[in-house]
Amino acid sequence: MKFSLASLFAGLVFGLGLIVSGMANPEKVLGFLDIAGAWDPSLAFVMGGAIMVGVVAFAVARKRTLSFLGFHMKMPTSNHIDKRLILGGLMFGVGWGIAGFCPGPGLVALGAGETKAAVFVAAMVAGMGIFEVIERSRAKA
Amino acid sequence: MIEIAWNNFTPWSALAGGILVGIAAASFLLLNGRIAGISGILGGLLSPAKGDIAWRLAFLLGLIGAPAVWVLATELPPIEIEAGYPALIIAGLLVGIGTRYGSGCTSGHGVCGLSRLSLRSLAATLSFMAAGFVTVYVIRHLLGV
Repeated sequence: MKFSLASLFAGLVFGLGLIVSGMANPEKVLGFLDIAGAWDPSLAFVMGGAIMVGVVAFAVARKRTLSFLGFHMKMPTSNHIDKRLILGGLMFGVGWGIAGFCPGPGLVALGAGETKAAVFVAAMVAGMGIFEVIERSRAKA
Repeated sequence: MIEIAWNNFTPWSALAGGILVGIAAASFLLLNGRIAGISGILGGLLSPAKGDIAWRLAFLLGLIGAPAVWVLATELPPIEIEAGYPALIIAGLLVGIGTRYGSGCTSGHGVCGLSRLSLRSLAATLSFMAAGFVTVYVIRHLLGV
């Protein structure tokens, strides 16, 4: 229960942050990705602001085995840079550049009642489903 | 030569929003001991383990519910989606498959991964940023859409 409440809080603050920052607006995102046009560097400030806070949080987290609510710290263990990571990143980046949506802003725009965002999110979930199917058939083979 | 769109440039709200995103990721990390990676939280619902569903739904409810909470205080800023439906479907499929295949998106690799100084996440972030820049260049400047 505590875990879910903290998750709800984190999700809400994350969403509000995306709205404040302008990232929930795909045109703003595309303005950042369009370096050859009139470039809007704002999104670099979003990343900068988030990482400023994040660096401190991870420095605190690194020294702990339990979270402040008493849960085990579940940190990523892989530091392997492989083909999956890069190809996956490239695929994601192409999709990001086509629509101006990454997963978080897509979900926030869906919550704002945007039909187009709902279509994007449905396709994204379908894509994640396709990934699951491929992974499972690979695991069997 | 890079030309800056000064009239669209919003460094203060971008920074403030970024700090909020950072606070969200920090509270998720320090309260629950987890990485706030949105594609992972959503994608994990498609192969859920026992006891692993409620918190994912709660996080997503917060994220999707953010605009509803926002409008209690003030009007939502504009959300301009220029892409047509076929483009949105292709983009969604690519984002869905790509983020799962590459184990993360802008939040997990970009915000959290760079914050914990992970080289793996840096490589992922450089990959999706580069692909994003190239894609927009091709669409806007080569194809002229």
